[in-house]
Amino acid sequence: MHSTSDNILSAVRIEKGFPGTKALDKVDFQLRRGEVHALLGENGAGKSTLIKCLTGAYRRDSGSILLDGVEVDPRDTFDAQRLGIGTVYQEVNLLPNLTVAENLFLGRQPRRFGMIDTRAMNRMARELLAEYELDLDVTGDLASYSVAIQQVVAIARAVDLSGKVLILDEPTASLDAHEVAMLFRIVRRLKARGLGIIFITHFLEQVYEISDRITVLRNGQLVGTRETADLDRRDLITMMIGRELADEIHTHHASAGEGRLRYRFRNYGRRGHIEPFDLDVRAGEVVGIAGLLGSGRTETAEVLFGAHRADSGTAEIDGRAVDLPSPRAAIRRKFGFCPEDRKTAGIVGDLSVRENIVLALQARRGWTRPISRTEQNRLADHYIRALDIRTADREKPIKLLSGGNQQKAILARWLATEPEFLILDEPTRGIDVGAHAEIVKLIESLRERGLSLIVISSEIEELVAYSTRVVVLRDRAHVAELDGERITAHNIVEAIAAANEGGRRDGDR
Amino acid sequence: MTATVRTYLRRLLPQLIALAVIVIAISMVFPGFLSLQIQNGRLYGSLIDILNRGAPVVLLAIGMTVVIATKGIDLSVGAVMAICGAVAASLITSGHSLAETLLATLVVGILCGVWNGLLVAILDIQPIIATLVLMVAGRGIAQLVTEGAILTFNHPGLIFIGSGSFAGLPMPVVIWLIFGVLVALLVRQTALGMLIEAIGVNRQASTLSGVLTPVLLIAAYVLSGLCAAIAGIIAAADIRGADANNAGLWLELDAILAVVVGGTSLLGGRFSIAASVLGAIIIQAINTGILLSGFPPEFNLIIKAAIIVFILVLQSPRFRTAFTFVRLPRATGKPTEREAK
Repeated sequence: MHSTSDNILSAVRIEKGFPGTKALDKVDFQLRRGEVHALLGENGAGKSTLIKCLTGAYRRDSGSILLDGVEVDPRDTFDAQRLGIGTVYQEVNLLPNLTVAENLFLGRQPRRFGMIDTRAMNRMARELLAEYELDLDVTGDLASYSVAIQQVVAIARAVDLSGKVLILDEPTASLDAHEVAMLFRIVRRLKARGLGIIFITHFLEQVYEISDRITVLRNGQLVGTRETADLDRRDLITMMIGRELADEIHTHHASAGEGRLRYRFRNYGRRGHIEPFDLDVRAGEVVGIAGLLGSGRTETAEVLFGAHRADSGTAEIDGRAVDLPSPRAAIRRKFGFCPEDRKTAGIVGDLSVRENIVLALQARRGWTRPISRTEQNRLADHYIRALDIRTADREKPIKLLSGGNQQKAILARWLATEPEFLILDEPTRGIDVGAHAEIVKLIESLRERGLSLIVISSEIEELVAYSTRVVVLRDRAHVAELDGERITAHNIVEAIAAANEGGRRDGDR
Repeated sequence: MTATVRTYLRRLLPQLIALAVIVIAISMVFPGFLSLQIQNGRLYGSLIDILNRGAPVVLLAIGMTVVIATKGIDLSVGAVMAICGAVAASLITSGHSLAETLLATLVVGILCGVWNGLLVAILDIQPIIATLVLMVAGRGIAQLVTEGAILTFNHPGLIFIGSGSFAGLPMPVVIWLIFGVLVALLVRQTALGMLIEAIGVNRQASTLSGVLTPVLLIAAYVLSGLCAAIAGIIAAADIRGADANNAGLWLELDAILAVVVGGTSLLGGRFSIAASVLGAIIIQAINTGILLSGFPPEFNLIIKAAIIVFILVLQSPRFRTAFTFVRLPRATGKPTEREAK
């Protein structure tokens, strides 16, 4: 297929430290010509740091980088691009309000008499994109195209500018299956052209589909590099998290709740958000919520938590009617809510891990009764240890933590309020395998402690694993409810897909 | 405890250094600058003069800091000063007692803050636009109150606030010192400071965590209005009259500058009242220093701008990164050292 000793890029004993942590500890990495090399590891393992050292975004403390056998020292990403290393990030880093052609040739537009030759630029753009099987109006704004197309435009620009090494940092995170297939066709074509491609992702299926070799990092150290064909999934997961984990998920099937009925919502809804629904939640129960994007999952959570006020129906807790007009009211009733969008609705980025953990508890106590610094430290240290939040210390701004650790800190924020009803919206999205398993375990242990939980997830297997009941949503309405033995991935998919009645209407027992 | 003091000092260090450099520079040009005399039980001297002249901007900066920490801005404070000065002057000249006058004036300032706060917190108007309304309308209101004239007064009690002294210090200095300490204690001894910072960094996440966002936002603008009212009273008392056109003119910009020189980001979040107060003093020291050193007045604004650009460069993240990079070997050792103690 390709010559095996032909390294296009070698990183030798790369070291990078940040105050308090060693982000990379003498990491070696080799990329061959014409291979797709998956770079894997938990969040915080050092993947991004390694990429940033390779592209000059960070200055490495020591170690050397060889490109085509010649030692290089990229000063910044622009320099790296000039040397031949291009990067495409998950969030497309192009300019949405410029045309496709302008994005492709920004900063190097063809000129005629000192003016930008738009016609020539558009022609060149069409030719360039034709190599990627893309036939589109290059004079249209980039923003008018799907993320997948934008992704390809970004790749086309990066390859055109650099042409030796292409780094894809979670390019598929927001793409659907069809778009991933399109992207992979392009990756294979670039590989055939002899590019070295570094591929970072959280999706292990995609790793097995596209990559030739896998390098795993853990805690800033190199665990190893293997041929993909010789590495089975269980071994890979073990390399990534350093312990057998596969058994921990899907172990037992939680039995349907025998706890007492605590939360009773009748005809609860909000016009334009979610159709009125009935929902009962018992103590010690996990109600999973399944449905496609836009089916009303998040809207259900927001109405239950009072983030958007319900305009119909009643809520009862332990048989007593309650009003939940705002998050504050819900929190006073011992509710907690981890929102789906961690960055915009969850973390308070500039504040420390400690402050983020005590925030909800402090808000509930009111500003006149501050939690003493000693108590704050105790709470923060307790949850940093209990949930294994990886941070140099509790005073580190939370925005510097990896996604999984941020999610744990948000969970800690609610656990500190000793909640009785916890709503988790996509608690495992975008976080690595290790943190994923820990959060699933946490959900189960909270249920065992008698909490009532509502968990929204796109991962049906995961819902099956921990739910005692699953509510299925479609078109902003609750359309089915599954319990006991009927909670299977097959039944959930059926219910989501069914045109009319996938199961009985929820609530009527 | 010592660790807290040390982090506190580290936060204020750039401002303290800037102030020291400016004071030393002026005293080299103008030798009498550092001398202090006591006459009739009161301190006199250029340094005291700086603290005294700076009082309005210091007060405005205290309120502005809290507003900016919520990711807002209050452009109306200069106009609110004018309104409050006018209200105080017209009440005292129409025969109301000093207590009534002061109370009513402070209430007017608070109402101005409530107005701004409602626009920002409830109607969700961008702070810069919301407070621009009162910035423009405020001078008109002040002119209505004074009926277009400069309202002068002779009430000794009110004049005392502008030019009297207490414990050897001019009254304006006493007022801002006490008020500043009270506000700093209020935000740091309660949870207000943290909650305000949380709102400024991420309003949505804070609301979802149960923080009473609208009330705290309104409170921030109310504090700013109250600060402007006190500053307005001092400014009016100082000139023994209310000038609707010129009282507090452009001072909102000096207050914002003081906050920025104090190192609080206009993007909201982390704030320090003490640093903003230092920022205001730095600005006043520059003003006084330029006047004293006898430069032609036309140079004043340019020199002031140059000094401020220099201070801002010292604070810029990029400059700091470059600076830390040079000292990296020592910097990495610090966290462990702190943990050991």
